[in-house]
Parts: sequence; structure tokens; C-alpha cells
Amino acid sequence: MKPVDKIRSRTVVLPTRDIDTDQIISARFLTTTSREGLGKNVFNDLRYNADGSEKPDFVLNRPESEGCRILIGGNNFGCGSSREHAPWALLDYGFEAVISTEIADIFCNNSLKNGLLAIVVDNNTHQWLLDNPGADIAIDVAAATITLPGGKIVEFGIDGFAQHCLTEGIDQLGFLQQQTSTIESYEENRSWKP
Amino acid sequence: MSNPSTLFEKVWADHVVVDETPETPAVLYIDLHIIHEVTTPQAFSVLRENGLVVRRPDLTLPTLDHSTPTTPVSTFKDLLVAGEGAANQVRQMQQNCEDFGLDLLGYGSGKRGIVHVIGPELGATQPGKTIVCGDSHSSTHGAFGALAFGIGTTEVGHVLATQCLLQRKPKTLAVDVDGELPVGVTAKDLILAIIGKIGVNGGTGHVIEYRGAAIRAMEMESRMTVCNMSIEAGARAGMIAPDETTCDYLQGRSRAPHGAAWDEAVERWRLLRTDDGASFDKSVTVDASELVPMVTFGTNPGMVVGINDPVPDGSDASFRKALDYMQVESGKPMTGNAVDIVFVGSCTNGRISDIEEAARILQGRKVADSVRMMVVPGSEQVKKEAEERGLDRVIIAAGAEWREAGCSMCIGMNGDIAQPGQLTVSTSNRNFEGRQGVGARTVLASPATAAASAIAGFIADPRTYS
Repeated sequence: MKPVDKIRSRTVVLPTRDIDTDQIISARFLTTTSREGLGKNVFNDLRYNADGSEKPDFVLNRPESEGCRILIGGNNFGCGSSREHAPWALLDYGFEAVISTEIADIFCNNSLKNGLLAIVVDNNTHQWLLDNPGADIAIDVAAATITLPGGKIVEFGIDGFAQHCLTEGIDQLGFLQQQTSTIESYEENRSWKP
Repeated sequence: MSNPSTLFEKVWADHVVVDETPETPAVLYIDLHIIHEVTTPQAFSVLRENGLVVRRPDLTLPTLDHSTPTTPVSTFKDLLVAGEGAANQVRQMQQNCEDFGLDLLGYGSGKRGIVHVIGPELGATQPGKTIVCGDSHSSTHGAFGALAFGIGTTEVGHVLATQCLLQRKPKTLAVDVDGELPVGVTAKDLILAIIGKIGVNGGTGHVIEYRGAAIRAMEMESRMTVCNMSIEAGARAGMIAPDETTCDYLQGRSRAPHGAAWDEAVERWRLLRTDDGASFDKSVTVDASELVPMVTFGTNPGMVVGINDPVPDGSDASFRKALDYMQVESGKPMTGNAVDIVFVGSCTNGRISDIEEAARILQGRKVADSVRMMVVPGSEQVKKEAEERGLDRVIIAAGAEWREAGCSMCIGMNGDIAQPGQLTVSTSNRNFEGRQGVGARTVLASPATAAASAIAGFIADPRTYS
């Protein structure tokens, strides 16, 4: 995983509550055996008509959304299915961060393991972001802060380990493998065997 | 004796390999890893790229379920019914299992089926185990007092390679279900009511423990239905303390302990209960005796209403969007809405008791001409048992389709989908926009409500068909 430290971008706003991972990437695109190439299908049914033409009103299809790398979602973003294809698709599309007031557990875990920042902010900050689509904001992972236009800085909570792995580009599998001897000893010494 | 602990805390503590610190999550040992064709290919690629092996093939249970056709399969060509991508995914899973020395419960095994149906029916799912799968409905296995949760593909790779996961300890939520479920009201209705009460994010960050008289009175398959949908409330997992019902279900199953090992296991399982005085981070109480059959009206499982109650009103944009998508009006009940498809199956309601419940209502009746009804058993063993009991004949005689085991229309990966605008009454777990096909409308319900609606041709109260 490549290190993720600072992101600066204009925002795209998708204010709907409870955006589930089926909407982020429909199951019919899960027959892939690769992590790449899912960006073209992200939010497919919201982005495209049945004939494949773009829905001009959908936020990602508007010209001002071009190049935006930060997505502001409604509360409880990423609920539902555990499919890691959801963060893969968002990353492949070009997003580097998702901000909401609440982010579903599995989606959040999957995102952070792939270098997609999943950030929970307070209600006031969230409302400001919803009300100001296209705002140019800067995220600093190491400092755990977001700088809003005009210089106001807001803090966000992030798990210390996830933060360390993101900023250093650490692969968590490598971290687990370093525990091999402890795992072996656990297997030998436990009081019952599965 | 240490401080009073919850069931979850006991299972968690038993599996901590390395303690959690502020800087690092706990290393948690996994006792059973169930894998399927959709969320594993990229994990096996990581093993190959790094020259790694599967650490514990004996604790890994692979099967094929998500992208498999529900028509008979004996050759590769038969798989193509579900599409070329789906067929290739199945073939790759077969190859991965062969290359990594895993015993795939695939075609010809007689044991293939939905991940969360076969774990319990084989007796591999047991109290006190940690169980994961690259599928969010892994919470199902918590019905046995296991700690079971869904993981992403990166974590599937972690478990394949190390049999461990990096985890922060979740919080706990007690859901006490007092009283007795009225006749005609099922476990599905109960869990839909619970999700309606606490919301689709009511359990986020928590492990739920379901307790109380109504839970204790349930058979295992009903408990599985309840735990299955814990994730639909956002919860990490759902658990129920094991008891006599749990032991009766497991005894004699092929992968359950036998002989002296069985007695030892039962002794250990008896301790798996929340101690008096143990505290939960949150708690909720539900009175089972007040419940009625439930149906969803919106586009998430928390948008749920009693079958004869009016659809509620809401003003915010997300609520209106959901009602527009569903073509449903506030103030009117869901009964009477015309139905195009009825789907009975899935890891929520694809077990033998679910098929039996649907067949009981279909017995001697006909599915309405305007309705296509599909009954999809959760596993090959469920299919076999249903056929031994003659349930397939009841289903076929009523004019419904009796199909091969798999996830089918719950996720719509295998060609079993609804067309835009069609309304499906589904015993599955998600009514998300487009879940069962682009523009498809899903109403979640129990197998009884689904079967009653198939006969009526519109959403119908199953209590009038008993």
C-alpha cells in the first residue's frame, strides 16, 4: 500500500443517508477476480441509464465534479455487504477519502486497509460540507485534521494503528506475519482445539 | 472467579493471541474460516504473490454459493447459465482450492450450499468458536454462541495466511426479547421489528446479544434467522448463548465433536453465558407478544412496518427517495400491493424449516397466475431433506419453481433477478435499491408472508392462510 498522508481536493456531495455498498458497486460487477477496473462501475445505477447513457443530474456526471477526490456522504455511509469491491471501486474511480457522520464498520475497515480514508466528522462540520459542495479542503492524516476553506481546522478521530499504517504505507499482513511465533504458541497452549 | 463477563467478552478473551494496546489492535485467533468464490480470488492472488500457504486448511471451509446457477450443474457449460464471469469465478475457486490443498464442498459433494447454511448443518459451527467469512451475514453463526462476523477480502487473506485478524474490541448491545411470539409471527418478523426499532445503524460498533424468553423458546433455525440480520442493524455480530436446544441441534452432526470430546465440549459450552451482573454498553427491550408479521416498505431493512399498518410518513429527502423508488404511498398499508415475484431462500430463510413453512401455506393451493414463485433451498442437504419429506412436490404442485441450492435472488449474481419495476416479496435480508436487479423493488418478509402473497397475487397477511 502506498503511503497516504495529505489530500487536498474539492469535494463531491452525495447527501443521501444509508448509502449501501450495493449502490456503491452492484453485485453484478463482483464476478471479477481482480481489484482493478471497478471505477467505471462505481454508483453504476445512479450514474447511468439502462441504455448506458449518463444521467446528467447525478453529481458525478456534472462537469464541476471532474477531478474531485473527496466524497462527502450522508450518515451511515457504506452499510450492508462486506464487499471490499466498494472501496476498490471508489479508489479506482479516483476518490481518496470519504467523509460522513457515521461510516459502517466493515466498509470502514476495508477502506483503511486499502488506503481509502474513511473519516467521521462532527455534525456541524458535516452539515457545512453538505451545504458547500465543491469546497476545496485539505486532509492531514498524521495530524488528523481537515482544513476548510478560509483556514478553519477541524479534528477527526482515527484509530492510531490505522493512522500509522496509512502514513507509513504499512501492509497489515506483514504486521501479522511478525506474530507467527506467538500464534504458534497460542495454538499449542490453548485449553481446547477447534 | 474474575469480574462478571458477557458471552461476547468470554469468547473474545479466549481468542486473544496478542492483547490490544492504544497503538495496536488485538491479534484475534479464528477457529473457522468459511470461504466462497466471490470474495476470495484477490486474497488467493496475494498468497501467490507472496509465496504463502494456507496456514490451517483444516480450519478452512470452502464452498460455492454466490455466483452459482440454480439450475442443475454437471459440466462447465452448465455454469454459464449464470454468465461467463460467474462461471469463471467458480472455476477459479475450484483451482484455488486444488492449488492450496483445500477440501472444497463443491459440485458432486452433496454438501455444497450457502456458507451460512452449511456451517451449522455440518456441525462445524459451534459455541465458543470465532468464525469469519467474506460475507456480512456471517453473523448467522452467532446463533450458536460463536463470535462470528463478516470481513473484507484483505482480511480473508490475513486469515488464510495467519489464521488471525487484527481487531479492536467492539462494544456490546443487549437485545432482550421478553414474552412469547404470537401464532403466525416468526423469527423473521422479530428481527425486522428489532431493526425497525434500533435503526440500520443502531448496532454500529457493537456486538448484539439476543436474550429473553422469546429467544430461549426458539429452535436453532429461527435463532439463525435472528442473528443473520444483525448486520442489517449495523452490528458487528449477533450472539445467543448456547443451551439444550443448541446441543440437541449439534449432536451427531459430522463435524461436531463425538464421544468423550462431545462431553468435554458440552461442559465448556455450558459456561458460555453472560454472568449475572455483567454489563452491556447499551440495551434494548422488545415485547414479543405485541408483534405482528412485518414487511419492509422502503429501501433498507429498517424501513419496516406491521403488515396491516399504514406506511409511515417522512419528510426528509432520503425517506421520500425510498418511497418514490418503491412506488409506495405513506398512510396506506403494504397489503394489496401487486406482486410479480416471490423468492423463498437465502441464508436468512433458506433452511428446512423455512421451506416447510412456505410449503405449509402452499399445500393444496395455487400460486396466482401473475406471480413467479421461486423456492431455492439453502444447501444441497436442505434440498435433499425437503425432497425426502415431499415438500418439493407440494411446491411444484402449487405452481412454484423448485431450484438448486445457492444465494440466488438474494444477491442476483447468478442470473436470478427481477426486471425494472417488478415487485418481489423476498425472504432474504436486503431491500436495497437494485439489489435484486436494476430498478427492482424488494419487500422483505417471512417465508409465510411470502407464500401467502404468492397465492394472493398481492402482499397478504399469512395469518389468513393458516
